[in-house]
Amino acid sequence: MWTLFHKFGSPPWLYRLSGSILRWLLPITLLALVGGAVWGVLFTAPDFRQGNSYRIIYIHVPAAVVALAGYYVMAIAGAVSLIWRMKMADIAMRACAPIGAALTFVALVTGSIWGKPTWGTWWVWDARITSMLILLFLYLGVVALYEAYENKALAAKACAILSLVGTVNIPIIYKSVDWWYSLHQPASIKFTGGSTIDPSMLYPLLFMITAFYCLFTCALLLNMRVEILQREQRTAWVRALANKGAAG
Amino acid sequence: MTDGGAADGVLLSASGLSLERGGRELFSGISLQLRRGQLVQIEGANGAGKTSLLRILAGLSRYGFAGHVEHRAAQLFLGHQSAVKGLLTPRENLAWHVAGEADFSAAEIDAALAAVNLYGYEDVPSHALSAGQHRRVNLARLYLSRAPLWLLDEPFTAIDRAGVGALEVRLLQHLEQGGGVLLTSHQPVTLAYPLLRLDLATGTLQ
Amino acid sequence: MTPAATVTFCLRLLRRQLVLGLRRPVELGNPLLFFAMVVALFPLGLGPAPDTLAAFAPGILWIVALLSNLLTSDAVFRSDLEDGSLEQLLLAPQPLYFSALAYVLAHWLLTGLLLGLASPLFALMLGLAPGAIPALAASLLLGTAVLSLIGGIGAALTVGLKRGGMLISLLILPFYMPVLIFGSGAVQAALNGNPAGPFLAILGALLCMSIALAPMAIAAGLRISVDT
Repeated sequence: MWTLFHKFGSPPWLYRLSGSILRWLLPITLLALVGGAVWGVLFTAPDFRQGNSYRIIYIHVPAAVVALAGYYVMAIAGAVSLIWRMKMADIAMRACAPIGAALTFVALVTGSIWGKPTWGTWWVWDARITSMLILLFLYLGVVALYEAYENKALAAKACAILSLVGTVNIPIIYKSVDWWYSLHQPASIKFTGGSTIDPSMLYPLLFMITAFYCLFTCALLLNMRVEILQREQRTAWVRALANKGAAG
Repeated sequence: MTDGGAADGVLLSASGLSLERGGRELFSGISLQLRRGQLVQIEGANGAGKTSLLRILAGLSRYGFAGHVEHRAAQLFLGHQSAVKGLLTPRENLAWHVAGEADFSAAEIDAALAAVNLYGYEDVPSHALSAGQHRRVNLARLYLSRAPLWLLDEPFTAIDRAGVGALEVRLLQHLEQGGGVLLTSHQPVTLAYPLLRLDLATGTLQ
Repeated sequence: MTPAATVTFCLRLLRRQLVLGLRRPVELGNPLLFFAMVVALFPLGLGPAPDTLAAFAPGILWIVALLSNLLTSDAVFRSDLEDGSLEQLLLAPQPLYFSALAYVLAHWLLTGLLLGLASPLFALMLGLAPGAIPALAASLLLGTAVLSLIGGIGAALTVGLKRGGMLISLLILPFYMPVLIFGSGAVQAALNGNPAGPFLAILGALLCMSIALAPMAIAAGLRISVDT
């Protein structure tokens, strides 16, 4: 257990491990994304109320789910970095923020595109959209804080604290926004409640969520590898790698 | 002297300290044990990391260095900044000091202020005092403190010759009572007391 | 450190912070003046119709209170960092958790408490129904304490940075949102003739949680900010 833990703290080991994981995870992810999209768009029935426009959920929902999970991944990496002072956890946490922000942004944009045919307007202050917007703010706050510190080791610790504060607050924010929406919800657009999803639509959705988790992992590892190389650029193993790359 | 300290007289022990800033190694492999009655001066050129080392030893720098620091006694740290609030009088500054040492009586505080030549300034708002007088208010803590371990960053800067003399007397007194002092200084330390020098470039104590 | 010594120390810190605040009475008035000025902006922006203003009053008053708290939060630790007091505080043998709590309490007493007490005046300016004023004052008193604690986290994380002012808003405004929702909800409920108690209870629960957790984050943030 402890030897594994120490290995995770070693940059060259993590660099090589992530390389071998990506070698098979990257093609699988691409196949799953394409396959899931084809399944969702071509092989499911249109919704009886929304027609074909609902099919955007195959991007919207996975992006939203993984964006939220990404925040927790970031906070866990932050906690590891604070408690065990692991450099690689710093790097993982740093890498989570822009990916999570991008996924949140995708969820917001697709939600807005979905909203136009459904509600007749690009933006509705719906509980979920509002929560997603706040999540985007939380991610951007972490990015802004990281960039503001000149000493990157301290930046990572500060962001770790901020993301831990965020994990405590996210459930509260979600619940309060939910409650706020139920209080102000106009009767005309009350349609989310009570409707259930048909299994024929659910399975491709679950498949796409899995594919998005893989996508997140790939993006995280790629991002970390770049950061590892930048931080370790003076070390012998990175020089050897660069020389090999230049020769080959 | 009160407030602890192990039986072997070690007040502060540090091992294998090294620090890197911006990809450049400032120092490495510094090990140090400060015992009762020892006076140690950290030596090095400008930018060699004297203040950084002192802050690591004090426990203010917690991230970004390698090595281990252990405190075995209460410490008093005086940094570059005097921690004096302009809106408070010197007396209030000492009585409500944020460093959280024991409660001092008014008489103790007045005696300490008199010792740093601030007699008559006790109730003047500190913003009316000069920078040198702010440093003296800070140095008055040396007369109040019961901590055996003193970490002083450039204690002789910005005080006049008489002040330096008084400070040296106080350091001598503290050392003779079994305290330990670790300091950085640009001026040569002219104390009539055996002085150990910690050279940052070589990491040796002599 | 014995518990009694810690309590003495925290009371001393509280007294020090209060004296520092009270010796600059003009700065005490600044958040209130800011509050009054922003309240005056709304009739200019929305039109002076009393009905419109009264309908928006709970939200307006709460948003302005939030902004005025935000602007003062940045300064909680700044002068102490600049003159070296903060590093001395971190070296104090007493737990930093309680010291941080003392700083935040002083901040709340000098800003939130005054704002809560002065709020009925601003409520009348916007034509809020008198029946909702007790709910407004109570929700502000509870809510601004939560805001001060959250603001303290932002202040602790950004105090070591030269350009902290804008950043602290970006970091902590999202965390202010639940307080805004329940705070203005309490006033709205009182306005509609419903009991405001449940909302105040939720604000109280948020306050308890912030008291328990925020000082830890503040302490950790301060250690990072001093470590430069």
